[in-house]
Amino acid sequence: MIYQGKQKIWSEYQKEIPDDRWFYVRSCIRQNFFPGSERMFMEICRNVLGKDFYETEHHTTCGGIAYHCDTIPQETVMTIVARQFALMTEAGYENYVASCITSFGNYAEILETWREFPELEAKIRELLWKACRREFNKPKYLAHASDLIYKYRNEIASRAKYRLVNKETGEPLKVVEHIGCHYSKMFPSKGVGGAEYPYVLCGMVEAWGGNVIDYPERRHCCGYGFRQYHVKANRGYSLSNTYKKFESMEPYHPDMIITNCPGCPYFLDRWQYVIAESEGKTYGQNGYGIPVFTYEEVAGLVLGYDPWDLGLQLHQVAVEPLLDKIGVEYNPEDKYKGLNKKDIMRPGLPDVLKCC
Amino acid sequence: MDFGFRISPSSAINLDNVDLTLFERLHEMEPDVYKCMACGSCSATCPASVYSGMSIRKVILCLQRGREKEAFRMMKNCMLCGKCTMVCPRGINTRHLILSISKLYSETK
Repeated sequence: MIYQGKQKIWSEYQKEIPDDRWFYVRSCIRQNFFPGSERMFMEICRNVLGKDFYETEHHTTCGGIAYHCDTIPQETVMTIVARQFALMTEAGYENYVASCITSFGNYAEILETWREFPELEAKIRELLWKACRREFNKPKYLAHASDLIYKYRNEIASRAKYRLVNKETGEPLKVVEHIGCHYSKMFPSKGVGGAEYPYVLCGMVEAWGGNVIDYPERRHCCGYGFRQYHVKANRGYSLSNTYKKFESMEPYHPDMIITNCPGCPYFLDRWQYVIAESEGKTYGQNGYGIPVFTYEEVAGLVLGYDPWDLGLQLHQVAVEPLLDKIGVEYNPEDKYKGLNKKDIMRPGLPDVLKCC
Repeated sequence: MDFGFRISPSSAINLDNVDLTLFERLHEMEPDVYKCMACGSCSATCPASVYSGMSIRKVILCLQRGREKEAFRMMKNCMLCGKCTMVCPRGINTRHLILSISKLYSETK
């Protein structure tokens, strides 16, 4: 092996991530799926680490879902994205961080398209001016929010109240990390570690004390795939992909799954219920499922935030067995109490999948 | 519970569970079978392919994966015209290969 050659190849998959001053854009769907995650990201970055993160209420969808469902042309998506860049420019920021993986892939694709076809960029600038009299600068740095938590992982670890370690045995937890397809499969050089060796979530898990497990279908899609799930006739295909992943990871007995995409945690979580109810199969211990988390939720957990403030009661798969394993303190009575202890009502329980 | 959709059966093939004895015998009879690089020239030129899905490339692949029934279903449509032999860039006598497959696999049925 020529060491310098390896270093050169690996250096192409490293990513420069500025430390501070970011313009943050939220996801369309994450606030419904995992409502505590984006709030926790801002809480960690602004209040725990004291960084400058700005967001605006004028931000809209990036158009990624419609684009990937083939319902709007790319010029429309580009003009929507140009408006987001205009908001960043008006706010005086140069670093752009997206909460959503598809948005991140969308921004990377558009910036790359404009680099190769500058005449298209000129056309979009004109369209934006005609539509809303705005102008924009392209971001100097583009990152996904998980890149930032990856960058701050050691700072978070130094402030951590808990570690991803089984408190009874002292063994590191076995963690499955799942990267969203649009993070680095489209533009490998834009993600930490590229498409083959994405390190963004592994870095967090290792810094916080866990053990990443490798399994055959590790890089397989979660099964969401816009046109698979959104068309009901194709929904079995979506479910089959998730089933394939779970069958592959099952022999390694993972304690938890960590993801960095809006769709992946949702489908890995909810499809466990569907698999249990239709096939009678569960993947966790004692009839439970394998709890699935976003990276912000895991960061919040290790920093010692209340699990119910992180929105973990909205997961389909019960998280309590994992909280007990780590030794996280929580009050079971508060699980279904919302803001100001208001009762948010208990959901119905599944027949097969065991939930607390 | 019926959700209106369900898990599709897996198409994964575990090669450890596939019995390749017959394919090895075929290889002894027709050493060229390993020369195929799956370029698809045979399928592209096959007059039966458009109407019946016959493809000698797929037949070889199916036999290597232990899917004899699927291979035989395709082979039934071959008219032995020999066009595939004429276009094969690896010089495989595909017509002879098809005859050998038919002979060997039907003998052991």
